[in-house]
Amino acid sequence: MQALLSFSRGIDRVTTFFGRAVSWLVLVVVLVSAGNAIVRKAFNMSSNAWLEVQWYLFGAIFMLAAAWTLLRNEHIRVDIVSNYLSKRSRDWIDFLGHLLFLLPFTILMVWLLVPYVVGSFERQEYSPNAGGLIVWPAKALLLAGFVLLVFQGVSELIKRGAILFAGVPDTTPLAKHLPLAEEMEQLAPDYPPQSAHVPNPETKAARRKEDRS
Amino acid sequence: MIEFIAHNLAPIMFVSLVIFLLLGYPVAFSLAANGLLFFFIGVELAPLSADINLFYPLLGALPDRFFGGIMSNDTLLAIPFFTFMGLILERSGMAEDLLETIGQLFGPLRGGLAYAVIFVGALLAATTGVVAASVIAMGLISLPIMLRYGYDRRLASGVIVASGTLAQIVPPSLVLIVLADQLGRSVGDMYSGALVPAIILSGLYLLYVFGMTMFRASSAPALPPEARTLGRGVTSLIVALVIAGAIAYGASHYLEDKVQQGAVIWGAVAGVAIIYGVAALNKAFGLKLLSYLAQQVIIVLIPPLALIFLVLGTIFLGVATPTEGGAMGAVGALVLAFAKRRLNLDLMTQAMESTTKLSAFVLFILIGARVFSLTFYGVNGHIWVEELLTAVPGGETGFLIVVNVLVFFLAFFLDFFELAFIIVPLLAPAAENLGIDLIWFGVLLGINMQTSFMHPPFGFALFYLRSVAAKVPYLDRVTGKNMQPVTTGQIYWGAIPFLCIQLLMVALTIMFPEMVMRYKDEPAAAPASEENIQFPSFGGEGGFGLPPLNPGPNGSGENNPFGLPPLGLPNSSAQDAAPAVDPASSQPELGQPPSDLGGVEPAKRASENGGASSTSTPSFGLPPLELDQNTGADSAAGSAGEDRQTTGESSGGNDPSQSTPDLSQPPSFN
Repeated sequence: MQALLSFSRGIDRVTTFFGRAVSWLVLVVVLVSAGNAIVRKAFNMSSNAWLEVQWYLFGAIFMLAAAWTLLRNEHIRVDIVSNYLSKRSRDWIDFLGHLLFLLPFTILMVWLLVPYVVGSFERQEYSPNAGGLIVWPAKALLLAGFVLLVFQGVSELIKRGAILFAGVPDTTPLAKHLPLAEEMEQLAPDYPPQSAHVPNPETKAARRKEDRS
Repeated sequence: MIEFIAHNLAPIMFVSLVIFLLLGYPVAFSLAANGLLFFFIGVELAPLSADINLFYPLLGALPDRFFGGIMSNDTLLAIPFFTFMGLILERSGMAEDLLETIGQLFGPLRGGLAYAVIFVGALLAATTGVVAASVIAMGLISLPIMLRYGYDRRLASGVIVASGTLAQIVPPSLVLIVLADQLGRSVGDMYSGALVPAIILSGLYLLYVFGMTMFRASSAPALPPEARTLGRGVTSLIVALVIAGAIAYGASHYLEDKVQQGAVIWGAVAGVAIIYGVAALNKAFGLKLLSYLAQQVIIVLIPPLALIFLVLGTIFLGVATPTEGGAMGAVGALVLAFAKRRLNLDLMTQAMESTTKLSAFVLFILIGARVFSLTFYGVNGHIWVEELLTAVPGGETGFLIVVNVLVFFLAFFLDFFELAFIIVPLLAPAAENLGIDLIWFGVLLGINMQTSFMHPPFGFALFYLRSVAAKVPYLDRVTGKNMQPVTTGQIYWGAIPFLCIQLLMVALTIMFPEMVMRYKDEPAAAPASEENIQFPSFGGEGGFGLPPLNPGPNGSGENNPFGLPPLGLPNSSAQDAAPAVDPASSQPELGQPPSDLGGVEPAKRASENGGASSTSTPSFGLPPLELDQNTGADSAAGSAGEDRQTTGESSGGNDPSQSTPDLSQPPSFN
């Protein structure tokens, strides 16, 4: 058990590293894309290579961060029913979900993507655009993303199994779920905040809770 | 039994998807798993039913579907850009500044704080597009003030919730990007189509508040004089605005011959920059040129307006694609946050990490949906859905009503991402078959999905407001009075009138499609890449803010960035620019299928796009990189002012060709 859990911790460290690292690419891709737009307008020229770099980077962002997003429990769920289930039932759903939904899909994708990437590499495939980039690194990002997801799936399976069968305490970040009315009552602050610029901790938590949309 | 399953695989698959989703496992992987499960069932049952076109090698199409359809899709790139921009702005304190100043400006009016909330909500929607941020900021700042001066609690909370969710429909919203991508239309068109309905919707909110002040004056009193901290000086503000307008007018006339294009824009920029400079100097040196109120309003209001112009103005004018506009907006947000000294490493990493995670989960839902649709189309599910929906009586209107009712109820428990990726692709072919304009359809769905944030008891926006509103009695620190708390019930009830307004807006949009259809003016001029036609009409127009007498379709686009769209304008310019289209759409004749409407548009489009139109014919065998070929060709040609909307459109056009593969013939694998 301990060996499995430390294996899982190792995986978590790797996916966290990749997730954090690629998040910097957001800034890079913003700058690259804004630069492309300005250069195109101001100097009336554009480079296909730079345009392609944009979506190569975006591909890297979402593919390599998918496993980290899973680790942080931020892939969205429909929780209208599961909110009413017990913690243990939800743990079982996650355990079986990782085993029967996530792993088969990701393993199949890895199996399909290996020949896809290797083929592109062997042909030294270039993008058909004039001055386009070589294609296989982009395709390899797909493969890398799914490989990371397979490992993260195994890690999540181990952690969920440990919670279910060995009574290990659950340290997974809370899923973003819609709180019920009673929970909302508990969350609400007693006083209105003293100043807008010093939001109370509840507000900060709520902000962190919902960054999307 | 097996026979029955084989012949009804599509409905069974759909029902089990619902069950899979309700389990509460992440949507992306539930979709993919459902698709794969039924893929294997389908292959095994294929000999039993002619409806099933599945065979194992088809799985080999998945990598290409991911690579060509999702990864190399320029449209989706706008998602991280606008998210990042919104997150940076959210934390730069813009909302707080706006609320405090605009609240003071409108405060002396009856219902003024509510108007301010709606106005600021719309401004925030056009910049940050983050529902959570708007609602929380308004709940923190405006709600206590409204309660202090005796606003009706339901009205106060309802107005905050509704204004916060405006972010969903006011461009540049993520919903519209995702919908445009799913419907295979360009994001620029979608933005332009959504603009007028969004403004009218805000107008309806204002009207509701106005009605409340008329019939129940006690529900929204004016601020008492002692609460007006910015003092008086509205006259000074009006004078300043008139001077700014005059400078803009003069500058645009002066620049008309000097610059090659966009004299009006440069004139407006000059006017705005000068008035901003004066206000800044006034503040720095304590000059008495402007009243304190005017100075504060100008300093607070100009940066967001400039940002809105930078993003939306350039998109509507056809200067930038939505993706580029998003990137520019993100840079603008960084600059703004830097100027306010709010930019630090912590804020940056938080914004980047949130953007990364959001991109990952959104794109993975799309990946899951691609797996699902591979199987679903293979078992002729799209035909099943289409027959189901086209069998609805009442033709086009009946279809729209049924779809909107369906989406309204699904929005109770599905997020808009789930609706957009799962439900919308199923509805789109049926809508297209009925000759419904897909932009119109998308805007309708967007307005409708906005309700998913307001539905009690699960609406996100209600929860955000609950999380910042006091729940036990407290002592107000200004008046020293004991204040009653806001109950959850009041928040729920407050949302109901606004939900009704939302439904009214859906109905209005169904009845008056021309509100949306004006988007057709813009592609007509924008992608033409004929500056010699476009810009003279532009410069010759001269008057900043004057309704254009010539049918220069960009006249409306020019006004819009400043939030002052002439409401009468869309009609007149629509009629002038597209006489063939408008009469058909303006008569809500139910019996008459608007087939000519559908016919005109593709024809127009095809002629505009020229060579690029070939992409819109679905051909499965084409490698998905075709899309980039166009981009490449366009940019390689590098003609001046070439409009990227063309590429946006062709990339949009390419998308349905991948999502509706002709599965009757074996795909060609390389």
